[in-house]
Amino acid sequence: MLSAIGVNSLEELFAYLPPEVRLDRPLDIAAGKSEYEIVDYFRDRGEDGANGYASFLGAGVYNHYRPVLVDTVVSRGEFLTSYTPYQAEIAQGTLTTIFEFQTMICQLTGMEVANASMYDGSTAVPEAAMMALRVTGRDRILVSRTVHPEYREVLRTYAQHQGMPVEEFGYARDAGTLDIADLESKIDNQTAAVIIQSPNFFGIVEDVRQAAEIAHRHGALLIFVFTEAVSLGLLEPPRDADIVAGELQSFAISPSYGGPFAGIIATKEKFMRQIPGRLVGETKDTRGNRAFCLTLATREQHIRREKATSNICTNQALIALMATVFMTVYGKEGLRELAGQNLAKAHYLAGKVPLRFSGPFFNEFVAATNGRTPEQVNDALLKKKIIGGLPLKRFYPELENGMLWCATEMSRREKMDAVAEVFAK
Amino acid sequence: MIKKVRQHINQNEPLLFENSSPGKRGYQLPPLDVPAVDAAKVLGAQNTRAEIEGFPEVSEVEAIRHFTRLSTQNYAIDLGLYPLGSCTMKYNPRVNEQVARIEGLAWAHPYHPESLTQGILAVMGELEKMLLEITGMDAVTLQPAAGAHGEFTGILLIRALLESRGNPRKKILIPDSAHGTNPATATMAGYSVENIKSNDRGMVDVESLARAVDDDVAALMITNPNTLGVFEQNITRIAEIMHAKGAMVYMDGANMNALVGIARPGDFGVDVMHLNLHKTFSTPHGGGGPGSGPVAVKRQLVPFLPKPRLRQIGGQWSWNYDLPQSIGRVRAFYGNIGMHVRALAYIMAHGGDGLRNATMDAVLNANYIRALIGDYYVLPHKAPTMHECVFSDERQAKLGVRTGDIAKRLIDYGFHPYTVSFPLIVQGAMMIEPTETESKAELDLFVDALISIAKEIEENPEMVLKAPHNTRTSRVDETTAARKPIVRWKPN
Repeated sequence: MLSAIGVNSLEELFAYLPPEVRLDRPLDIAAGKSEYEIVDYFRDRGEDGANGYASFLGAGVYNHYRPVLVDTVVSRGEFLTSYTPYQAEIAQGTLTTIFEFQTMICQLTGMEVANASMYDGSTAVPEAAMMALRVTGRDRILVSRTVHPEYREVLRTYAQHQGMPVEEFGYARDAGTLDIADLESKIDNQTAAVIIQSPNFFGIVEDVRQAAEIAHRHGALLIFVFTEAVSLGLLEPPRDADIVAGELQSFAISPSYGGPFAGIIATKEKFMRQIPGRLVGETKDTRGNRAFCLTLATREQHIRREKATSNICTNQALIALMATVFMTVYGKEGLRELAGQNLAKAHYLAGKVPLRFSGPFFNEFVAATNGRTPEQVNDALLKKKIIGGLPLKRFYPELENGMLWCATEMSRREKMDAVAEVFAK
Repeated sequence: MIKKVRQHINQNEPLLFENSSPGKRGYQLPPLDVPAVDAAKVLGAQNTRAEIEGFPEVSEVEAIRHFTRLSTQNYAIDLGLYPLGSCTMKYNPRVNEQVARIEGLAWAHPYHPESLTQGILAVMGELEKMLLEITGMDAVTLQPAAGAHGEFTGILLIRALLESRGNPRKKILIPDSAHGTNPATATMAGYSVENIKSNDRGMVDVESLARAVDDDVAALMITNPNTLGVFEQNITRIAEIMHAKGAMVYMDGANMNALVGIARPGDFGVDVMHLNLHKTFSTPHGGGGPGSGPVAVKRQLVPFLPKPRLRQIGGQWSWNYDLPQSIGRVRAFYGNIGMHVRALAYIMAHGGDGLRNATMDAVLNANYIRALIGDYYVLPHKAPTMHECVFSDERQAKLGVRTGDIAKRLIDYGFHPYTVSFPLIVQGAMMIEPTETESKAELDLFVDALISIAKEIEENPEMVLKAPHNTRTSRVDETTAARKPIVRWKPN
């Protein structure tokens, strides 16, 4: 190979690099390890974790069973080791599954168009807000304090240099739902979008229709956010929203300490050309057979450069495929039954602890730790190898005694009874 | 002659929705161990849905056949060379997949108490350390989810630093050879974009750069080696010019596969850079993600890094949220952790010497292809190249055959095409990056295919224009797809 190139050594291929940029020593990284040593290292790190603990944490990341078929499919090299499907003739596998994914997201959310995925739910929110600015020509964003606190932080980071002032509105102190009066007082004719989440961060189901009515009355869009996708198996889809931005982690995506997950953006057909990210469309090949390809690329950075709808390039395709397989395996009946089990488990647990809010909830709720701190409750539970709910003080100083609990189909009755025991003490 | 492939049976597969029949199911849930709850009662009838209209209803075996049949319609690294320039499609070791699924790592919840996440935090800490050694930078955040997300983070950091000095400035300079994500990123960070022309050697023209830098310029976004595969010979001079005017140098690390173990951006004047773990460090592309785009910075930018930041005090790992100057979060939680696990496994398997060898082999493979097809295709920039090379369709275009057509014909030969029509500064660009994981035998087949196609174009351009001929899907009508978009299935 060297003689074909016309050099005498590998080193010669680098000879022209300016000497001052060359690293003049070996990298200070230990010698290569065997497969066995690598597995051993990571197994040890895994042991230094929460193996053997039951967990009642939700708050945007949920413990749901992952059907075996999911890893079977995404482990296939044809999906795992392919690139973004620019060459449609040899990427129909990926393209078809994305088309199915887009369809299922529409069916799930009641929207008409969905993209091929975003990084996660938290980054889908600012992308949806930027989209609302383009659609309305306005600039203000109103976001509910019941939207995931970390999502709101991400929204603020994205907004700060885009001429997109973000303001928050509150929640009803008893119900834990949107504070409608506060929303009414803050919305104006410069508001591009109102952002709500349902079930909200407290697990409570919001009145989407009412929020949409208020937004639309002022000429703003309603952006609907979800973090618990399983809820859509039972809940009325947000048909009155204009843009849906959500997180699919619940669909067979392991918690993995917070990522990789898959976000989505779905919307009405009339806003299709403002949607960020990749879209797959149906067409035909020259023999007249149905085929799929990436489409409407003129929205995207590789064509439009500084005028693109977003800078997003790589998204979360393989994770979206996990969600696609999950939706296929559970299907029409299964997702509903799964959601029903989540509802039942959460209501069982909630029946045994004092609730902070009165609003209807799906599989998460806020408990009040009367007379003790949430940390004290959790310390007592950790001794029983149970990881309790999330103390809310870090995000809501006014909810000092509030803890956010989640129960899913994976929560066993005896563990919930053990939680009840600690609460009763 | 086509040596690598011949046709075989490949099954048709309808869409899931067309294959569904009522009542079919592929799941089984355990019996409920608590009393069932009436959804309409506890949630309100107006809040509950009757059914998910149109959702699939298939059995387990139908589900697996569906996805398996579709998978056979994909090309993949596991099937052969995937020479997409700037995408670094190298082999994805399977041990990385296995370790990412280890229970204590894969099932760690981001809000687990820190005492129960020491293992995963140690993995992240170790990866940070390795990436700093590889890049020569002072600190790194693993939070960004992909390269473009890292760019956005990096430019926000630059903006925050300049703002703290009193003036965020107005523009970002971007060479005309840059990826589209660079200008799109600058806009999202509130900057305007000024393009910098490349010189005839394919490098940033130092003179015109010096003229363009004024007090309004916040930074230069540079890819090094650039998208032609050319190392920017004047990079230290370029950095000096920027720094003299109080501006920063951002490096797009998309092409870091050419530098690992050879040169470090932190040693040649770069202030901020991102890495693509899904390129250089072999985490699988997965048909378009997930990626991971860590951002590494020099000391003066450290206070502005996204929060929280990982720290180790007295042997215990924890998150530090007390960062008053931080730009804030760019993503919920801490990043695409599963990709961090895979990247660390990759680095451990190679070791320092192995990483350097990988770089050298990547450069060797690209130069081998460059040398062997030089008589058949025009090489517009003659400067030495590193891990990729960019040819032009100039000669073939005279016969009416363009880079996109050559790409389609390559498919008939059993190869995924190179990157088509990018970078924009090359007419009809054919951008080839073989990576280090390809054997000479595979490279020779690829070279033979390109040479054979060059001859076909002279003899029978019409045939090449209609390629691919051997695929189950022939050339796809992308124009109609865009003109009349159908982006979801609907029942007839």
